[in-house]
Amino acid sequence: MSDIAFKSVKELSDMLAKGEISSVELTKVYIERTAALDGKVHAFLFKDERLALDGAEASDKRRARGETLGALDGIPVALKDVIAVENQPLTCASKMLEHYVSPYTATSVKNLQSRGAVLWGRLNMDEFAMGSSCENSAFGPTHNPWDLSRIPGGSSGGSAAAVAACFCACSLGSDTGGSIRQPASLCGVVGMKPTYGLVSRYGLAAFASSLDQIGPFARTVQDAAMLLGAVASYDPKDSTSVNTPIPDYAANLDSNWLKGKKLGLPKEYLPEGLDTQVRAAIEKSVEKCAAAGAEIVEISLPHTELAIPVYYIIATAEASSNLARYDGVRYTHRSDKAKDIVDLYYKSRAEGFGEEVKRRIILGSYVLSSGYYDAYYLRAQKVRTLIRRDFEKVFESGIDAVVAPTSPSAAFKLGEKMSDPLEMYLNDIFTINVNLAGLPGISVPCALSSEGLPIGFQIIGKPFDEQNLFSCAHSCEELFGMRGVLPNLQ
Amino acid sequence: MEYEAVIGLEVHVQLNTRSKMFTDVPYKFGEEPNTLTDPVIWALPGVLPVLNYEAIRKAIKAGMLFGCTIPDIAKWDRKNYFYPDSAKNYQLSQYDQPLCLGGEVEIELAGKDGSQMGPHRKVKLTRIHLEEDVGKLTHHAGESLVDYNRAGTPLIEIVSEPDMHSGEEAFAYLNSLRDCLVFADISACDMEKGQMRCDANISVRPKGQAELGVKVELKNINSMSNVRLGIEYEIRRQIDCIKKGVAIVQETRRFDAALGVTQSMRSKEDAHDYRYFPDPDLMPVKISDELREQIRSELPDLPFDLQRKFMEQDGLPYSITSVLCHDRELSEYFAEALKTHNNPKAIANLLVNELLRELSAEGQGGGKHNLADCKITPALLAGLVKVIDSGVISKQIGKEVFVEMFATGKSAEQIVNEKGLKQNTDSGEIEKFCLDAMAANAKAIEQFKAGNEKAINALIGPVMKASKGKANPAMVLETLKRLIK
Amino acid sequence: MSKTDKIDIDYVAKLARIELTEAEKQTYSAQLGQILEYFDKLSKVDVSGVEASAHAHAMYNVWREGDVPAQPMSVEKALMNAPAKRLNQIVVPKVVDEA
Repeated sequence: MSDIAFKSVKELSDMLAKGEISSVELTKVYIERTAALDGKVHAFLFKDERLALDGAEASDKRRARGETLGALDGIPVALKDVIAVENQPLTCASKMLEHYVSPYTATSVKNLQSRGAVLWGRLNMDEFAMGSSCENSAFGPTHNPWDLSRIPGGSSGGSAAAVAACFCACSLGSDTGGSIRQPASLCGVVGMKPTYGLVSRYGLAAFASSLDQIGPFARTVQDAAMLLGAVASYDPKDSTSVNTPIPDYAANLDSNWLKGKKLGLPKEYLPEGLDTQVRAAIEKSVEKCAAAGAEIVEISLPHTELAIPVYYIIATAEASSNLARYDGVRYTHRSDKAKDIVDLYYKSRAEGFGEEVKRRIILGSYVLSSGYYDAYYLRAQKVRTLIRRDFEKVFESGIDAVVAPTSPSAAFKLGEKMSDPLEMYLNDIFTINVNLAGLPGISVPCALSSEGLPIGFQIIGKPFDEQNLFSCAHSCEELFGMRGVLPNLQ
Repeated sequence: MEYEAVIGLEVHVQLNTRSKMFTDVPYKFGEEPNTLTDPVIWALPGVLPVLNYEAIRKAIKAGMLFGCTIPDIAKWDRKNYFYPDSAKNYQLSQYDQPLCLGGEVEIELAGKDGSQMGPHRKVKLTRIHLEEDVGKLTHHAGESLVDYNRAGTPLIEIVSEPDMHSGEEAFAYLNSLRDCLVFADISACDMEKGQMRCDANISVRPKGQAELGVKVELKNINSMSNVRLGIEYEIRRQIDCIKKGVAIVQETRRFDAALGVTQSMRSKEDAHDYRYFPDPDLMPVKISDELREQIRSELPDLPFDLQRKFMEQDGLPYSITSVLCHDRELSEYFAEALKTHNNPKAIANLLVNELLRELSAEGQGGGKHNLADCKITPALLAGLVKVIDSGVISKQIGKEVFVEMFATGKSAEQIVNEKGLKQNTDSGEIEKFCLDAMAANAKAIEQFKAGNEKAINALIGPVMKASKGKANPAMVLETLKRLIK
Repeated sequence: MSKTDKIDIDYVAKLARIELTEAEKQTYSAQLGQILEYFDKLSKVDVSGVEASAHAHAMYNVWREGDVPAQPMSVEKALMNAPAKRLNQIVVPKVVDEA
């Protein structure tokens, strides 16, 4: 039964439909595999076997009655610990919320539940989704299943590692500046950030409100498409949610999509000094696309480099305000050393937040403070407009998709970059532009490095054109031959 | 030297929407703590705000009442500060693109006495913006308790220019604001329930000096009369300081109503850095001409406009209109009554002089009338006037009918019929009563013939008595005159 | 914005209501100084006439119509994570009335 764990959602869904396996059996496979191996990976922050099995049992009963809720019914899905589910912990990998239990459920999860998915555990991440290595978790880092001495990427490191390690069929993460695509790239799985506004943010603990999106992790593009189709919806509870039709992405995948399409390769995404293996992998992948009939066009996104300051100004400013609610008063950690109310804020926040979160809150408070707003925040918002226009111009010129590396390097060693925050921030250069422009982006594994580490190929699409993005990614996936290539975790 | 006070008011008014500003739970005053909340009110991880359209409409309506400019685009910003009554530790408010800009509020100062209209002037507004209320703290020994029921209630902040100069003007301004907002169904503006709250910025300068003096903020004044008293005290205190050569400190003070003085709360050395920025969770609103026209069509007559109309068109006396036009319920009652019978003067008179007196007597001297529970509906009251105007009963009998109507809620016709109060217009019978009266009082006839017109009253009395008050007085007079000649 | 701008770490930590140790203050000051220097790139961009993007997509008039009140959350649920509660309210150290 153990090879069951490696199967795709599509395969598992078919097996469930044919009665070759029950949801309870399937869920047990993941529960057991997780129990056996997550001690090494530490992808999970919380597991409730009983709850998962109850969900699986309910799914099996529905199926027996002929009332199956769709392709995801009975499929175990794990959630990044930043998405609220009623009566489940929601820690955001922070001491601040160590004992917090959510009294309500996120819209995206309600959508999953209404399609019968089995909720299986909560996954590790950088604290409040701030980080690119998963080392900022208050509860210890997640290890990359390909090489346990390396980081899985972040912030959704647990979500990527759990899918790569086959602890679940697929998972949800959130992406503010690359937090889905980068760990997907580093863990050799598919990770997708939808267009801003496609998936409701209601119930996603906010990091940077104008950038955050929930998105899927899976072992195949088709699975990611299935999962996105299940969570995306217009939500009146999220004023930034967009009312747009959600097609059946998975059913409409076109494997011959590349033929005759124009792929834009931005020169700014292959800069001098880029890791040679990443460069080689991307160039080789692009050649494969060309061979499949795509036209490769060198393009320019001239404001790319500015994305780092723009992103870190906007994201930290919004975060400094979003995280003000974690103050020791209503539901968070409260310091027992406080003398008065002001002291209660100071100490609860000093004790509850980790180093990176504090750094970003301070940076964000600074850029918004009196006298600096125009120079930093307002200016960043204007340059954000320029960054979005770069992409608009490219798409207007007839480019069908932009292709690029996801991360400037394969997974680095735990602790390697912890001491230099700026260097860590610079690592996000290939992913944050997509968030600033609100576009959909996906990372597909394209190669293994000489050390046997996965390298991801990023595809960026037009807003709300997820269907074409998935078709492109699906076609690439077939060419790259990385589907089913999984870490040998024992 | 003469001094001049300069006063600007910041008035917060809770809108009377049924649900809150950024989520759909209701708000009511005086409910059990924390029973009117949801995840949004608690600012739980993951929640998001959604604008309440009705609150936006009401805020725009408020702006239109005062002639504000309603811009094409308005947005919401976060005002960041830590305080336990604010769950997010930022307030969703409007910074640089509020819903209403400019405008002015007409006020009336006291006249010579209650029967004369006082001078009117207009107080300039800076802006009106729409934000959310905060929760409530209560202080106990060693701890404070937080109740978030009130948090998230739609709140408009009406900011005036520093355009008032006395406690009386500030008092008149608040009264006018309240009247207008109540008339337009925007808020009940009950200060006791915190539906209307007032902060005052007060400074004093030598008369004729252009620049303003040091500004003192007077916070949380909890009643109309305390606004006046607090401001008057603060003006006196500041003038005193200047005279004594003591520097006025820029600070926040509060008015202690029991002691009748203002007291320092904290000095302003710690200026707030609110780090305003546009809320990324809310989209801006575009206000179309269509929406503007739609809301404009719902605007009521403003109290002072109504008053002028009643005085000029209908000839009502000031004293009556000043009662009628500053009470929405009363003025609506009046308007309703006029639909049944268009005699404004008689109806207003009956309403203000008779009905209100009865109601306040019933309210055990509390003075607060309760029109809603009154048995006399507008149509009934107008019906009574109609019956008098058509000569069916006399004014005198009308008062008797009114008393009965107040007690039973029966119509004037029904009461007149049941009690047989209909005026006697039977000329034969009236002539008989007149002849009887004349036969009994030859002296009065002589006097009348001799030119003493009033002598005829001595004959009218007995006729009315004989008819049990029901004889038509005009007919009696006419008949007597005819018979004497 | 210029390279000479030095972050007033005490002031900003106070705005953020985070108590920092002396060591943290030094580390953060140095790191943030470096980051802000990097941010200086922005000051060289010509943004004249460019609109500020507060959102990923421009949308207007997203609101809830009808003003229909919903059922509130139960007090028990509301207070289930409260670090200190009494009389169905949140307890905090006594607040000196400053607002």
